[in-house]
Amino acid sequence: MLTGGSGPAGGGQTPVRTAPVRVPTRLTQGSDPAARGGIGESTPRPDGTLKVTGEFAYSSDLWHEDMLWGATLRSPHAHAGIRSLDIAEALRVPGVHAVLTHDDLPTPVTTYGLEISDTPVLARDRVRHHGEPVALVAADHPETARRAAARIRVEYAALPVVHDEASALAPGAPLLHPDRTDHYARRVPHPNILHRQPVLRGDVAAARARADVIVTGEYRIGMQDQAFLGPESGLAVPAADGGVDLYLATQWLHADLRQMAPVLGLPEDRIRLTLSGVGGAFGGREDLSMQIHACLLALHTGRPVKMVYHREESFFGHVHRHPARLRYEHGATRDGRLTHMTCRIVLDGGAYASTSAAVVGNAASLSLGPYAVDNVEIEALALYTNNPPCGAMRGFGAVQACFAYEAQMDRVAAALGLHPVEFRQRNALSRGALMPTGQRVDAPAPVAELLRRVRDRPLPPERPWQTASGGGEDGTGGVDLRELPGGVSNTTHGEGVVRGVGYAVGIKNVGFSEGFDDYSTARVRLEVAGGEPVAVVHTAMAEVGQGGVTVHAQIARTELGVTQVALHPADTRVGSAGSTSASRQTYVTGGAIRHVCGLVRERVLELGRERFGAAHPGWAGDGLRLAGGKVVTAGGEVLAALADVLGGEAIERESEWRHRPTRPFDPHTGQGDGHVQYSFAAHRAVVEVDTELGLVKLVELACAQDVGRALNPLSVTGQIQGGTVQGMGLAVMEEIRTDAQGLVRNPSFTDYLIPTVLDTPAIPVEMLELADEHAPYGLRGVGEAPTLSAGPAVVAAIRQATGLALHRVPVRPEHLTGTD
Amino acid sequence: MRVSFTVNGRPQRADNVWEGESLLHVLRERLGLPGSKNACEQGECGSCTVRLDGVPVCACLVAAGQAEGREVLTVEGLAEYARQRDRARPGPGGQPPGTAPGQAPEEAPAGEAGEASGEASALAPVQQAFLDAGAVQCGFCTPGLLVAADELLERNPQPADADIREALAGNLCRCTGYETILDAVRLAAARTTPAAAPAAAGDGTGERPC
Repeated sequence: MLTGGSGPAGGGQTPVRTAPVRVPTRLTQGSDPAARGGIGESTPRPDGTLKVTGEFAYSSDLWHEDMLWGATLRSPHAHAGIRSLDIAEALRVPGVHAVLTHDDLPTPVTTYGLEISDTPVLARDRVRHHGEPVALVAADHPETARRAAARIRVEYAALPVVHDEASALAPGAPLLHPDRTDHYARRVPHPNILHRQPVLRGDVAAARARADVIVTGEYRIGMQDQAFLGPESGLAVPAADGGVDLYLATQWLHADLRQMAPVLGLPEDRIRLTLSGVGGAFGGREDLSMQIHACLLALHTGRPVKMVYHREESFFGHVHRHPARLRYEHGATRDGRLTHMTCRIVLDGGAYASTSAAVVGNAASLSLGPYAVDNVEIEALALYTNNPPCGAMRGFGAVQACFAYEAQMDRVAAALGLHPVEFRQRNALSRGALMPTGQRVDAPAPVAELLRRVRDRPLPPERPWQTASGGGEDGTGGVDLRELPGGVSNTTHGEGVVRGVGYAVGIKNVGFSEGFDDYSTARVRLEVAGGEPVAVVHTAMAEVGQGGVTVHAQIARTELGVTQVALHPADTRVGSAGSTSASRQTYVTGGAIRHVCGLVRERVLELGRERFGAAHPGWAGDGLRLAGGKVVTAGGEVLAALADVLGGEAIERESEWRHRPTRPFDPHTGQGDGHVQYSFAAHRAVVEVDTELGLVKLVELACAQDVGRALNPLSVTGQIQGGTVQGMGLAVMEEIRTDAQGLVRNPSFTDYLIPTVLDTPAIPVEMLELADEHAPYGLRGVGEAPTLSAGPAVVAAIRQATGLALHRVPVRPEHLTGTD
Repeated sequence: MRVSFTVNGRPQRADNVWEGESLLHVLRERLGLPGSKNACEQGECGSCTVRLDGVPVCACLVAAGQAEGREVLTVEGLAEYARQRDRARPGPGGQPPGTAPGQAPEEAPAGEAGEASGEASALAPVQQAFLDAGAVQCGFCTPGLLVAADELLERNPQPADADIREALAGNLCRCTGYETILDAVRLAAARTTPAAAPAAAGDGTGERPC
């Protein structure tokens, strides 16, 4: 136990520190002078210099005079009643300033949720998953807070656990939410089914009768974690007006605010959210984590409260990708044409709704993949269980299906004696085709071309581990172990190693679907500073690393013809930008900035005509542009310097912008124009497999993707490569494992493995730029599509190398050696 | 307890340190140096990589008391450290060993990256290379990777790809897929090693082969 120290349970002295208060400032977004250039250029990130010098303030870096540290007590059970809860001992720990439970919540609103408000802020009389928050502590040292939390005495009474479809739907199964009032409740066949979406089109029975080949298969996908590196964290500062300022990492400031306000009992304008540095997101920050908790503690103690999850808590603190079971049937004629597809996709939503309903919509509507098939019977559903809650992760409902339909495509191709690429190309979706939902694809859909591009790449050399020199001192004898499965573990020098090549292609929607009002807001100000026109762009877009700040500044430069663009910190003092998810921020917030820049430009031209119109007939012409700090005619003739037109006037405009509307899917047939845009990527994987030990080494994972228009080619390439590796991780490494009691077994980076630089291969990228005329600049959302097809291509390559069927991912060594 | 050690060349002292605190905690929460990151706090991710008497370590696994009297280098001091190292090296103009007398160090190539290099000369070569190669996305892994990559290039100025992968294997990145990080280390090596192959130096625009 502790002696003497002034930290945990010590003398209660406040740590001495010389550092100034660090809260996000304008510098958070950065203003790198090197960051110039309009759309289409590989402009450097405005926040890049701050990030390489260590000065960029992430949400876990914040510090405030007199701040306390918050900690969360979480349930050790997946399903239990809470009989009693005693905080007395925890409160007595020196240095503890508050211990809060459900009974301390300030209003009758004690739940939250992105779509359905079913998630308790703190558990009342029942916990429904391992790691559910039960109580909060604020103390003057983080370790004191954690130790005090451990002294809260909670008496649990274990309840039976529902952990899969069979146990969730069994007669007498415990109901996760027995009193559901959500709008899916009256349509679902069982209260433990959160949402169910069929998609029916054509005549499957007749098509099946025409099929020469029918292939059925059942596939299982493990639970993947976003594993963003920056832990859930933030700083809540109580304000003089009785409100609270929260500096945090999130994907959607306004959705957080909307869920927080009723629980805190404050009007939304008394809760001010400012985005701090975000260390990655990938869907895992779409739901609330510490936001309400930190504000409750700050408002209760009257002191600033910082909360920072450690890694184990992070695994419990956010939703995961839905594990899934998928059953598919495909039929085809001898000439290689698909006749029909049926599938049933069961997603495990875990204990609370999160975004599961939208994930179901995606899984159902995209379950066919990028293929044209007229006859389908599709059913997708999400369960309520006592497993960890699942929600958004990169690929959002489309990733699981891609593993299954691409496995099926290889099997049908094999049954027909066709090359897997050739068979896919014969059935590839193309512009003008109908989706299973009846939606017509009205933009380029170069599925066959993307496959051709990855297939036609030269293959990497065989036996890459062989070195020119023989007989090394280390006894490896002309072998570079680092190129072999098992690496420097020295498990093989090539014996038992076989190569495989696999292909996959996927389809992902861009933007929010099914009739959601998916808008973004931008405020743009243009004025002269230091003799030069400067644009200030203010949105609530959450920069999570994707480079939205880079392209948004590029858009402003292009539209306003300026070089100096400052980005205001993202906060709730401007309207919603929507979520940084669904590959949508370049499209939607980028679209909003472009639109508002247009409004600013109109005013510039008005001013110019007023001030200089008489001097040059060009002012009366159409097609005037702003370029290079000047107003120029359509023909390129300079009319005036922007600085002269503006003079002392600042032009500021703010507006919302929407992409074209979508419609809900029919609840019975799944028909409807539900999606905004589709995005396509294809991969070819080359793997080496040590068949004796079941170890896999990725040699190359090539990607071809249609990006519509690359606003920043360097950033787009980074998105494709990063998305590719996350897909690969799910294929061979990443799985949160739960036991039959619903307990998470591996909440650490020791036991939940994400790819290291030794695991990842070369990732050559080919970008197609086929403009989508419905989108700003013709662009296509790029972040998610590569996460779909990367993993299935890897598994296809392993199947080709080993001849094994492999029906579940991630593929583990025991699946390759028959020892599971 | 009190802990005194040198951080980025400056003597630092932290009082009232609890014995259970890590070097990472003291750097971040007591000394105002949050550049070293806290992604896992169990030595798995490398985000908190600092150099302790020159050796790369995970600051989360070093008890603060173990740093007593020692020298710590963090990302905040990397640029100055690289400058001093450059000056201390033998050869005219502080060029790295092996440079022929009178031979000018390879200039950063013209173009976008070159301009960036010129304006941002306050950065260490590896920092500038991370920017130019697009190796920074969310940036949370970046400080640890920079310290590790700089240490690699210090002892091996011309690493092969397999060497780079091996040296950076303890640093997780979730955003980039590592390709641009490899590019950045190659670029930094090419820029700081005049003897490097012209082909490698010519890759200095930061353009991705795609």
